[in-house]
Amino acid sequence: MSNAPTEEKTNGHRPEWAAPRAMAIPPEGYFTLERGRYGPTFPRTPACHGFTIIAKIKPGTEEKIRAYGKSLEDAVAKDPHVLAPLQLHYLRWVLFPIGSDVYFMYQGIFDTDFDKYVEDAIQLFASTGITTIFEMLEGFPDDWRTNAPAFIKFVREHQHPSFLEYGEYPFVTADEIKKALTMKEAFTVMLDQYQ
Amino acid sequence: MTDGLELDDIQHFLVARGPARAARYEFLSFANADAGRAWLAGVIDKVGSAAAVRSDSPDIRWVTVGFSWNGLRALGIDDASLATFPEDFREGLAARAEILGFTGASEAAHWDKGLLDPSLHAIAILFARDAAERDRATRAHQEYISELGGITLLAFLNLEAFSPPGEPREHFGYRDRLSEIPIEGTTLDQPPGAGPHVKPGEFFLGYPDETGATPASPEPAELTRNGSYIAYLRMQEHVGAFRDFLRANGDTPEAQELVAAKLMGRWRNGAPLVLAPDKDDPALGGDMQRTNDFNYAEMDPHGYKCPVGAHIRRLNPRDTVESLQRHRMIRRGGTYGPPLPEGVPDDGVDRGIAAFIGCASLSRQFEFAMNVWVNDPTFKNLKNERDPIIGTQDGSFDMTIPKRPVRKRITGLPAFTTIRGGAYFFLPGLRALKLLAGGAAPARKLA
Repeated sequence: MSNAPTEEKTNGHRPEWAAPRAMAIPPEGYFTLERGRYGPTFPRTPACHGFTIIAKIKPGTEEKIRAYGKSLEDAVAKDPHVLAPLQLHYLRWVLFPIGSDVYFMYQGIFDTDFDKYVEDAIQLFASTGITTIFEMLEGFPDDWRTNAPAFIKFVREHQHPSFLEYGEYPFVTADEIKKALTMKEAFTVMLDQYQ
Repeated sequence: MTDGLELDDIQHFLVARGPARAARYEFLSFANADAGRAWLAGVIDKVGSAAAVRSDSPDIRWVTVGFSWNGLRALGIDDASLATFPEDFREGLAARAEILGFTGASEAAHWDKGLLDPSLHAIAILFARDAAERDRATRAHQEYISELGGITLLAFLNLEAFSPPGEPREHFGYRDRLSEIPIEGTTLDQPPGAGPHVKPGEFFLGYPDETGATPASPEPAELTRNGSYIAYLRMQEHVGAFRDFLRANGDTPEAQELVAAKLMGRWRNGAPLVLAPDKDDPALGGDMQRTNDFNYAEMDPHGYKCPVGAHIRRLNPRDTVESLQRHRMIRRGGTYGPPLPEGVPDDGVDRGIAAFIGCASLSRQFEFAMNVWVNDPTFKNLKNERDPIIGTQDGSFDMTIPKRPVRKRITGLPAFTTIRGGAYFFLPGLRALKLLAGGAAPARKLA
């Protein structure tokens, strides 16, 4: 790796992010059972915290779900920080068929723990008026606005833990990446000023 | 104001406090439903409503009663209704201690035995104007339960304020009770910096919360409306270790005061570091119009004044956290044990804070705060830090004090506190107390 820092540059300590890491994860999604507020705690991996939620959609809702993608695009364009509370790196939303059914897969990579993410998401959906795509999913509780525990239970029941996660720059938070880019920008400006 | 907040039915505990200097908490067990109902029936008329109790109250004692989930069962609430209570309350605090980060010396296995007893059914909380009135009321209650029979006192704790009236302090010397949560419908105005009014549903069941909707309440509704949950925590304070730490990290008394301030986020006299970063300002500390009038995002984004990991910046991150209104809590309680005089080594006497945290959702409010704000080592992108005052410490966590040009990092922070006991209780409204008592006229009444 050409841009990996040398030992001299880092004062003898090779930073954690400089060595890509992979982590194989047991079927349960964790190594040792640690209880969180709403269920087992999932470990932070080289690819940060995250989830993969897979659920069957209600028949005939595929177009609505696809349209929701556009409305979320618009919401973020209008307020780029609307999803900031979730401390995200990336979201991926996928529809795919199994037989004649259509399934929805929601993958998120973020820096807060699983339970806090779901709590913050409920609050965000409720406070911003973003209608939740989850309403199109089979088994999703109709009363989610007033029944947070049912929302959390649905998410946990449909979460499929990874069996492998990989990070090219492991354990780096989105905040650290943004800070590094901000510094790079500042240095570039500063060096330009000296020309 | 919120129309219809039933202050005449809500227990006063989370809304108003009287001018108390002493307190006693009693943890009770009922031999059977009849014993529990009889006890409650004779106590109800001593429980003050939020409408009746004021800070300038002429009363001399204030009584609050609450029940564990097992206590509601013991009083005859049916299984179907019991199952509608949230899982956190059903399980109880001891069973969930690890989730909150109470491990090592603070783990539940070491707690007060009476609080771990599955037959812990109720708590009776007495606040009194002074110790003499506390002791009189205690004797009256002892006589009452011995005449009644079927009531066991599993544990108790006596508390007494030791600092001058109007200037409450805890054992480390920090000024206490500097902030109060303004609840919509109970307070008309709030001092600058207290934040916007919080919707009553964040503290009392049956009302709209910060989502704008009224969350589903456990059943039956007449039992849970106007009720709240409280988490009880007894936290021992290691005053000798705290003072040793200050001496080890500060060469002069002034430097030691600054270290104490950096741990808390306020000087021990109460002045917030954001407003008084370099020098103590005792007058500011006690001025309720000024002592909370600050923010972090604009006034101290990097923590040069108040470290990001300081106690008050964790428990009320103000404008640096999302959905703050969904995680607010009302704190009650006081200090127990004698103060340790300055300049003497720790005498090993148990002293500390015995507090209640009131809310409408134990997991979303109290457990969230302990789990995410207090004991998460990566709080706000810190690397290996927990709350320096109340976090679970074992010498393996650090404290970063941002400073120009180079930050100061204290490694291996010792434990200044240990959790010694805890439990969850439900505080019913006054009508619900009568319902729980079975509606019968009391055979005896607490004097």
